[in-house]
Amino acid sequence: MASLTKKENSPYWFCCFTAPDGTRTKRSTKQTDKDKALLVCREYEKAASDAKKLVLTENQAKKVISDIKEKVLPRVEVVQKNIVERPPYTSPLLNSKIPTGPIEEKWNKHKFDLKLVNPANKRKYEVIVVGSGLAGASAAASLAELGYNVNCFCYQDSPRRAHSIAAQGGINAAKNYQNDGDSVYRLFYDTVKGGDYRSREANVYRLAQVSVNIIDQCAAQGVPFAREYGGLLANRSFGGAQVSRTFYARGQTGQQLLLGAYSALSRQIGLGKVKMHTRTELLDVVLVDGQAKGIVVRNMVTGEISRHSAHAVVLATGGYGNVFYLSTNAMGCNVTATHRAYKRGAAFANPCYTQIHPTCIPVSGDHQSKLTLMSESLRNDGRVWVPKSPSISEKIRNGELQPSNVPEAERDYYLERKYPSFGNLVPRDVASRNSKEVCDEGRGVVSSGLGVYLDFSDSINRMGEAAVRERYGNLFDMYEKITGSNAYQNPMTIYPAVHYTMGGLWVDYNLMSNVPGLFAIGEANFSDHGANRLGASALMQGLADGYFVLPYTIGEYLAESGWGDCPDIESSEFLDAEKAVRNRINKLLSIKGKRTPTSFHRELGKIMWENCGMSRNESGLKSAISKLSELREEFWGNLNVPGEKESLNQSLELAGRVSDFLEFGQLMCRDALQREESCGGHFREEHSTPEGEAKRDDENFAFVGAWEHKGDGNEPVLHKEALEYEEVKMTQRSYK
Amino acid sequence: MGKLLNLKLRVWRQDNAEDSGRFEEYDAKGVDTDMSFLEMLDVVNEDLLEDGKEPIAFDSDCREGICGTCSMVINGTPHGGQKGTTACQLHMRQFSDGMTITIEPWRASAFPVQRDLVVNRSAFDRIQQSGGFISVRSGSVPDANATPVAKEDADLAMDAAQCIGCGACVAACKNASAMLFVAAKLSHLSLVPQGQPERERRALAMVQKMDEEGFGSCTVTGSCEAVCPKEISLDFIARMNREYGMALIRKGTV
Repeated sequence: MASLTKKENSPYWFCCFTAPDGTRTKRSTKQTDKDKALLVCREYEKAASDAKKLVLTENQAKKVISDIKEKVLPRVEVVQKNIVERPPYTSPLLNSKIPTGPIEEKWNKHKFDLKLVNPANKRKYEVIVVGSGLAGASAAASLAELGYNVNCFCYQDSPRRAHSIAAQGGINAAKNYQNDGDSVYRLFYDTVKGGDYRSREANVYRLAQVSVNIIDQCAAQGVPFAREYGGLLANRSFGGAQVSRTFYARGQTGQQLLLGAYSALSRQIGLGKVKMHTRTELLDVVLVDGQAKGIVVRNMVTGEISRHSAHAVVLATGGYGNVFYLSTNAMGCNVTATHRAYKRGAAFANPCYTQIHPTCIPVSGDHQSKLTLMSESLRNDGRVWVPKSPSISEKIRNGELQPSNVPEAERDYYLERKYPSFGNLVPRDVASRNSKEVCDEGRGVVSSGLGVYLDFSDSINRMGEAAVRERYGNLFDMYEKITGSNAYQNPMTIYPAVHYTMGGLWVDYNLMSNVPGLFAIGEANFSDHGANRLGASALMQGLADGYFVLPYTIGEYLAESGWGDCPDIESSEFLDAEKAVRNRINKLLSIKGKRTPTSFHRELGKIMWENCGMSRNESGLKSAISKLSELREEFWGNLNVPGEKESLNQSLELAGRVSDFLEFGQLMCRDALQREESCGGHFREEHSTPEGEAKRDDENFAFVGAWEHKGDGNEPVLHKEALEYEEVKMTQRSYK
Repeated sequence: MGKLLNLKLRVWRQDNAEDSGRFEEYDAKGVDTDMSFLEMLDVVNEDLLEDGKEPIAFDSDCREGICGTCSMVINGTPHGGQKGTTACQLHMRQFSDGMTITIEPWRASAFPVQRDLVVNRSAFDRIQQSGGFISVRSGSVPDANATPVAKEDADLAMDAAQCIGCGACVAACKNASAMLFVAAKLSHLSLVPQGQPERERRALAMVQKMDEEGFGSCTVTGSCEAVCPKEISLDFIARMNREYGMALIRKGTV
């Protein structure tokens, strides 16, 4: 039965009717008069039901519907520019709420259209922020500055230790301080292109717009950015861009930006507007009437389980790179918060998009616990090469030949050769795949065969060792500590490693997931980087979300849902969630098997790296899915976690995280399997050009793939959000 | 692959804050010199787990020397004594075959032990909360290039701002003084023009909080500078004393 409804902010009546596929659909009648609207609505319903009875095909039905519109509406309204009509296959679950209007005006218009919470009422609201990295700390501080009461949670012993701190190279912003032709539009364009046309245009444009505010904000907090002698800010260039727009603080930009956000957060903690809960881990998200209203956490020192309720929950819990066991993420980074949210109904978007960073220190042995990244900025002055012939590489691997003795004519600077215009500064995915390719040809140069040179000798000859030390001194020192080799004298060896995950919880333009009241910001969401993130853009996105986007957009939800009492933590929803958490912990401790959590984690990582890493294929992914089922079964039958639950128990923490990674890894493989194309960080061997470059399929895969959990033991369901490019023309990326 | 070492470990074990604690000895056999110190402990812990024993609890996170989480005294020196290096960046090539290595937590009454090598450093956070910031709201700021900062000042501020808040300075000091930590933050913020308006308030508040938290006084032995993984200079303590003195003169007593 069709019905008419009104929407706020729209003068038109909307028709609710049952679409041919059985879903309940809402479509504007474009009529302000109710009687006329009813006529249009009946026509819609009739067309849909005809389609269902197969009197008409679905496409014919759509044509009928658009004909009706043509007939009833005055011409001007029909051709109204820039109406975002969602293509037919966007799932009703995924309403992106992208504002209408030209791209330059969307965000400003949206900010005006958003509902506001009166300053005096803000203090009646409670918000939970999970995570205290760039996104979490900046969001918690900004929300508290606005007047909301914030509870912020982190697993580290201090919010200052979140893994944003390890970002080295810099942060992008479209300031055009270098007068080299940069602009908001160019940053937007580069990011969309770099993301291989798999991100949302509107979100990316907003990101580029607020990037300039971030630099202002951080400078005002006292972040000691690099300066020129005149006292103005210095810039460097970075992969994937041909302008110099990256701001930096030596090789510790992430640290300085995080300490800036941490200082803002500390100020609010001191003022009593934020209550900080350190060494506290989220173990479940609580939904009341379908809306996110709280969390269940474990105090990692005492083992105490507690329930917390709020008007909204913000997850700023980072990425899931540790599913590969070895990655550049910190030891504690985990997927538990976003995976638990997924299991409670939040759609998980593009889990297969992972970024492999090209410049990491190669693995030295089985004991390896994590990988260390050397900033991508090194590619500004270092040249990547391997010997032309595998026989020379073999001599180097056996220690019979030093790299400095390889004559120039025997060296293959393969990035400069294949991509003359970008050279060593090609995007990360391209650089990584090429390293793998030359190593697969037997031309790798470290004992494992998995490493290439990053050589600074030309730069040292050109500008002197002191200038190189000034730029990269701390990175060279770190390299020497880890490898015992001096990179001023010998070329560095590097190899790709998992570094960042572009996938994350699906969010709309307001950064809210499909679960009302549940927001995801920073690396935890999927929205801005498409299938590949450009260097120096993670810091930008984390701070954009936290300082300048979420504080506005959360107001819409809060104003709509009202400030009444937070749900009672003694309610059945909270008690049930706590019970489930306790059962899981008891289960982990009671198995008393033979294998340690780390051994499961290592095996999981190996399966993922081999089958869902730098390149993927159908049979590998299928075998990984079945292997992971077996591994999960063994985990729950043969895990060994000693100790108690009511104390600091690091084995128990790890076991919980690994159990979530085991489930999540399977979702990644499923997503990689359904995406029958190559794009950005996702490379399917079946879909490459004859030269071995990634081949996108825009006709069939220009969509966000968001997975909905359907209960343990059931297959998750894929929902699609169509991606439309109104501004940037989709082309095959070329960095040649 | 590097050489292999056989080592003896003497490790502090303590079940919780109330427990009195004790040293326990473990063998670490076949340790690859390419391993980091914490990877060596990972291997020892895996062996303990396989024997059904509880592993040694220790803090670590980024393992790149920047988050400041790892915190252990190795053979009497916080972070193990390699210049400018955190425990997580210390590699086993610094040790020789047959050595006995003693591993303890930070020892300071302001950093109570929570378990084994894990301590509670929230006192540092509380000092920051008392005034270690520049009060600006999100969005209410001028263009970043509207306030030039001399390169020399920005560079010196960065030298101080590199502090990772690990607490090694406190652990090394015979007085358990937190002066180097506080001096680094005060110097960073007083060297940039944005930090000027709150300069005196900040110095008074942070010093007062530091004293309340039970950190000792500074007698300028320089042990903090010697163990600091970021090599923060003792000069900043001199700068802090001047900041505090000037603040007292201008604002009166605390």
